[in-house]
Amino acid sequence: MIATLLSPRFLRNALPALSLTVLLLAIFQLQPRTMSYFGLNLLLNLALPIAFATIAQMCIITVNDLDLGIGSYVGLVAAIGATWLNETPLLGVAALLGCILIYAALGALIHLRNLPSIVVTLGMSFVWLGMALLVLPTPGGTVPGWIRAIMTLKTPFLPFTIYAAVAVGVIVHFGLMRSAYGTVLRGAGGNPRSVARAGWSLLRTKVTMFALAGFFGMLSGLSLIGLTTSADANIALRYTLLSIAGVILGGGEFVGGRISPIGAVIGAMTLTLAASFLTFLRLPPDWQIGAQGGILIVVLAFRAVINRAEARR
Amino acid sequence: MAAARTAARLATRLLERPWLWAFAAAFLVWLATIIFTKGQGGGEILSAALAFGTFSVIVGIGQMYVITLGPGNVDLSIPATMTFAGAASMKIMATQDSMIVVGLLIALACGAAIGVFNYGLIRLMRIPPIIATLSSSFVFQSAAIAYGRGIKIKPPPSLADFTTARIAGFPILAICTVILALVMTVVLHKTVYGRSVIAIGQNARAAKLSGIAVDFTRFVTYVMCATLAGLCGFVLSGFSGGASLNMGAEFLLASIAVVVIGGTSVAGGFANIPGLWGAALFMFLLVTMLNTFGLGAGIRLVMTGLIIITVITVAGGKSTDR
Repeated sequence: MIATLLSPRFLRNALPALSLTVLLLAIFQLQPRTMSYFGLNLLLNLALPIAFATIAQMCIITVNDLDLGIGSYVGLVAAIGATWLNETPLLGVAALLGCILIYAALGALIHLRNLPSIVVTLGMSFVWLGMALLVLPTPGGTVPGWIRAIMTLKTPFLPFTIYAAVAVGVIVHFGLMRSAYGTVLRGAGGNPRSVARAGWSLLRTKVTMFALAGFFGMLSGLSLIGLTTSADANIALRYTLLSIAGVILGGGEFVGGRISPIGAVIGAMTLTLAASFLTFLRLPPDWQIGAQGGILIVVLAFRAVINRAEARR
Repeated sequence: MAAARTAARLATRLLERPWLWAFAAAFLVWLATIIFTKGQGGGEILSAALAFGTFSVIVGIGQMYVITLGPGNVDLSIPATMTFAGAASMKIMATQDSMIVVGLLIALACGAAIGVFNYGLIRLMRIPPIIATLSSSFVFQSAAIAYGRGIKIKPPPSLADFTTARIAGFPILAICTVILALVMTVVLHKTVYGRSVIAIGQNARAAKLSGIAVDFTRFVTYVMCATLAGLCGFVLSGFSGGASLNMGAEFLLASIAVVVIGGTSVAGGFANIPGLWGAALFMFLLVTMLNTFGLGAGIRLVMTGLIIITVITVAGGKSTDR
């Protein structure tokens, strides 16, 4: 029993959950009042949009690409959500579907022309931001009532955010880790050549994963404006880096289709808590981003130690 | 007959140069702009393009060396390094002309230290370079915010004069950067270090087996890239009237874009320095053209993004399979 618990494999898988628990306990220790429904709600409020963005990024990382435009994309969705979706719902829905289609097309373009995804998505970050400015030139807008209603839902025992985050993690886990096609999708990141030789279309896997990223990015933007009640084109620019950090923190790897959906959700929550942790430590808010970087480094250091222990066996 | 054949051979050889396309695109965009203004301000636009392009080229050189190391190598900490080095050096100089040399050394040292830190994460903790430089950029961006306290610190007057001075329309800074680019071209193609970088990018395993000091070469490259970012933060602070906290932001895209548009292979192992200048001029002239056409910020951003993607789609797409 103890041997299993100390085995590198188990430790590595448990690391994301362990770091979240440690952080949460530290916050409870510093400020016991957070240990309540209301406190948890305040702490984890913004975790859901970040979790969606992280899942979106994870979809892209699964097929060995990287999306440097997800933050501005979430901003565009927020802008559409707070304008068209409220005033002319049909146009709003069409625009959001169009965005997902563009994402799918990006996957096709990157695959067919063998382009570096970093550059393409970096270029797209300009396009998304520009479109968001066209839709919503100045911060503001009105969020549709139903989005607001969902995001402020009063659920029993624990805040809505926690239920939603768990549900997202579990659903994506079953979709990608347990289903047959999910295995093919991950295989396309692990060994594209053998997946292609086995008769699967690599184009299709890439398009699917990019479209999924567009879908989860959309959920991120909509859940975000449900909390903020207004939108701004620049509202989510930092999500790009946060989402990458979240995936890695959750145990995902850059290449090889090694991902962990539940880990990614936990990673997103850890990053959200990192900011609050600083506040409770009474450190100046200047260091908030730095703390996220610091936590990332510490967790990765632990992982390096575990991996080294494994290699020694 | 022979002369014609030599000319034709010369032309084909020239067309094979990947950097030519960046310059051609820059020229076309410039032409479109001055046709729109009916020939007015063509010289001024070029002069401004040289001045602003300088900064992209300085960080682009470092980024190019890093990217040439092979897949997965990229430095995302350039903006944070620029901001940190700029803020630290401006604060220490405290607008004193006598402190300029000290300030420059401080900026370079900040850059080098961040580079050492980055490579420490990559080598000792086996963190992929993208995540390593990303997390260190979080840390140093915060450090810059905490240290700079959000105030724009003015540069010493002589530094401001130097960074904005021109000789016959040519910015002095641009001339210095051209010299820097030439030196780095020689380093890339004629020194053991430069050739090691290319060899590692082409096949890291083969490079290691043939006795190249892979770790040392990568270490030097990351440190050099960060040092150049520090230098860029220093001169950009002088040029733009002080260090501000978001001054590095646009250089994340710019540093990567000039490398790729300039014809350097993203898969590594093939670098191209002249292309950096072509791409930097192109990027600046593109924004100028869209401004001249009187387009709003939204359209301008969309067009910039689309044109970058178009360029990479047309220029890239070479098979990287081996």
